[in-house]
Amino acid sequence: MVDPRVSVINERLSRISRIVAVSSGKGGVGKSMVATTLALTLAKKGCRVGLFDLDFTSPSTHIILGAEKIQPKEEKGIIPPTVHGLEYMSLIYFVGDQPAPLRGADVSNALIELLAVTQWGSLDFLVIDMPPGIGDAVLDLVRLVKRIEFLIVTTPSLLAFETVKKQVELLCELKMPIIGVVENMKMTKAKGIEAATEKLGLRFLGEVAFDEGVEDAIGDVEKLLATAIGKKIQLIVDSVVLAEKREPRCLVER
Amino acid sequence: MHEWALAEAIIATAKQIAQKEKLKEVTEVTIKVGELQQVEHSILRFAISELKSEIFKNAKFRILKAKTTLKCRVCGNTWQFKKEKLDRDTAEAIHFVPEAAHTFIKCPNCGSPDFEIVVGRGVWLETLKGVK
Repeated sequence: MVDPRVSVINERLSRISRIVAVSSGKGGVGKSMVATTLALTLAKKGCRVGLFDLDFTSPSTHIILGAEKIQPKEEKGIIPPTVHGLEYMSLIYFVGDQPAPLRGADVSNALIELLAVTQWGSLDFLVIDMPPGIGDAVLDLVRLVKRIEFLIVTTPSLLAFETVKKQVELLCELKMPIIGVVENMKMTKAKGIEAATEKLGLRFLGEVAFDEGVEDAIGDVEKLLATAIGKKIQLIVDSVVLAEKREPRCLVER
Repeated sequence: MHEWALAEAIIATAKQIAQKEKLKEVTEVTIKVGELQQVEHSILRFAISELKSEIFKNAKFRILKAKTTLKCRVCGNTWQFKKEKLDRDTAEAIHFVPEAAHTFIKCPNCGSPDFEIVVGRGVWLETLKGVK
């Protein structure tokens, strides 16, 4: 008895140049905001970009995008609809705004199904909004897709950074490339996270000041791109994401 | 034609197995299709016939239906999935991603969405026969 779906996943992703998973050890640090802003910024720069909301039990990128009444097309698989220039995929097409109480094996199965049937076509970037932690979604992506780069989001809180350290250790053990760490929702001038990031051997991508306007920008992508997070992500895109021709490597020697 | 993507997966997997087993020709492939995903057998069969390569030219593709058994993790109740009980939109959601069942189906005994899909989820390759 063999599950045939796994065999086509890499073929489905074969015309995507780079796959970036926006990830964190903790929830509530702004992964979805960073992932959506990153995808929108890359699209504004003329890249062909997909956004895949992999936070199956708590999807939120559709709310950030203000995406309503959209459905994928069925054609030799599933073709994601275009939302604000992004090829956009989410479990919400199938479960709407109702809860999807999934256990680990169900998360894996849904992930494999969507990776096997989604026809992304040619993309410069696929940005993945990850669920928090180092559970099924991270392990499955590492196992099935392999050529993923991680962009890690933390807050200034040591509680968030403690989980980031564990995540970094895991990703380095698995030899996964890490683009760097973004410190989100910063309210002081403390440099603790920057120093701790560099101590891990990782690149500190920058800090995003806490911006009250972000809440008001939910559902309005132009407003979102004008917030502190929008401006910082644009700098990161220009100075790091688009500036590097080759995939970055994990900088930690183990 | 979501079935097309699944047919591609079946052909790719069958080919991998045939290569691993050093088969010159595949003679029979048995595919099981769980009722939960409601895959159209005729579309799947058509897609397979369009996609199959030389090694499958004389192969018989058997597509068998498998009943779906669900088991509640809360009260232990076991029951069979019945498509007829679903409206069109719900049936379609589960067709694309069977895990959507946890949103729409509840245990008929206790009402919990926390159930296990014991058997009959989606499409799987049951057996493959060939000539070395």
